[in-house]
Amino acid sequence: MMTRRRSLALQAGFIIPLLAVIYWYSEAYQSFAVAPVPDVLAAFQDAWLFDRVTSDVVPTLERLFLGYALAVLIAVPLGICLGSSRLLRMLAGPLFAFFRSVPPIALIPPALIVFGLGNTMKLFLIVVVCVWPIVLNASDGVVELDRTMLDTTRSYRLSRWERLRYAVIPAVAPRIFAGMHTSLAFAIIVVVASEYLAGTDGIGFFIFQAQSQYSIAEMWAGILLLGMLGFLLNLAFVAIQRRVLFWQAPGETRARKASEAAAA
Amino acid sequence: MLEVVGLSKEYHGANGSTTAIAELSFSVNELEFVSVVGPSGCGKTTLLKCISGLLEPSSGGSLLRGVKIVSPPEAMALVFQDYARSLLPWLTVSGNVGLPLRRKHAAAERQRLADEALKAVGLSAFLDHYPWQLSGGMQQRVAIARALACQPRVLLLDEPFASVDAQTRAELEDLVLSLRSRFDITVLLVTHDIDEAVYMSDRIVVLTKQPSTIRDTLDVGLPWPRDQLTTKAMPMFSSLRAHVYREIVEAHRPRHLDAAVADEQMVVRPGVS
Repeated sequence: MMTRRRSLALQAGFIIPLLAVIYWYSEAYQSFAVAPVPDVLAAFQDAWLFDRVTSDVVPTLERLFLGYALAVLIAVPLGICLGSSRLLRMLAGPLFAFFRSVPPIALIPPALIVFGLGNTMKLFLIVVVCVWPIVLNASDGVVELDRTMLDTTRSYRLSRWERLRYAVIPAVAPRIFAGMHTSLAFAIIVVVASEYLAGTDGIGFFIFQAQSQYSIAEMWAGILLLGMLGFLLNLAFVAIQRRVLFWQAPGETRARKASEAAAA
Repeated sequence: MLEVVGLSKEYHGANGSTTAIAELSFSVNELEFVSVVGPSGCGKTTLLKCISGLLEPSSGGSLLRGVKIVSPPEAMALVFQDYARSLLPWLTVSGNVGLPLRRKHAAAERQRLADEALKAVGLSAFLDHYPWQLSGGMQQRVAIARALACQPRVLLLDEPFASVDAQTRAELEDLVLSLRSRFDITVLLVTHDIDEAVYMSDRIVVLTKQPSTIRDTLDVGLPWPRDQLTTKAMPMFSSLRAHVYREIVEAHRPRHLDAAVADEQMVVRPGVS
């Protein structure tokens, strides 16, 4: 086993030289697409600390969270219903598979026509894109529910609600989280893309604007911020997931060990 | 108390239908401890599921105090073999035990019943633990406490000790026997372990291989209370054990002339003889 300190040292040993190469490259090969790192950092400081936080960062995050939350609220019940009913799966399955396959960006033009340039259009896009991974994961999770667990809930005469609340939802939660994880990445892509194409504010709009004005350092500053936001959101997601699914990591391995020991 | 009347179960698959259980009838009297033993794969679990109403029999059925069972009745509780999947890992020990009581009891009463049941199985110190923090034997005791908390009249046990080590198994056997007499519970146990069946039961129902029917029913007649050492040291214990074993081997014989097959599938613990 690698110790924590050793793996940190290895990581630093890998990343620091890489950053140095990027730094050197950006200085040596300036062009219409490459700005020197110090210029990018200066632009970053100008824009994001904290001049354009309320004008661009907040709107993007607002759209992201609102759209994502709406998607989760719609997708979880829908996925659980779909998983619970064979008939519904049979009827809606092909349709869902089709919708899921439509590239989200392709929906921007019709969304523009229907909802205009405003926030509604962007929220609509985020919801439409983020719903599917969650729906399909939740539905699969319900289909694959453990037989013994279901027999237990039946033999103890749990009500429909109790079964849902105490057995089905927690049991499917790992699958829901897996879907939500995929959706989070999708949401970030869609929010930025929609701001590029039809925006008056937001980080995506900022990058688009910088590019059209040949402010290369600012453009990279925007991209840098997006990368950092994505990274932090991902960290937060994993931390929340670990908290909510507290029984998972140790529980599963322990349970598996126990049944393996019993089988041996 | 519990009657099984002409119960059959067929499965219809791609290659035609198989009969798992054929016209099986027996009854369990009030406060009796009955074990069902049979060769592996003879459909014991299917039988228990049909009796409890978890599975619909193809014909016939079961009655609890004269009332036909269509879904698990309130006076009945089940303990499954696979405690790791039967207990909910996101609920604490007392949450698991209290869960079936939600419909009937307020929080305080629920807590009291759960505490009492957990005390009866010796787990009072582990109320706030999660199942996966406990050993296999302790988890199965949680499952037993959950059954007990519902104050059942009949307890159905499906290979409840098959997933724990030998010493824990003996402890759990004695625990179930003591709980049964303390709370006046009728027990139906399904097991592939002949020693366990002889040690615990008033009566043993021996099944044939599939399609399962009853091969024999025998009264155990060992004196109560039973004890892992003295009961198992009795000559009567060994002769009963040998008798059941022979029956199960013979149950195999018509199609499997090789008795070694039965040897492999049946568990006879090298015990006191």
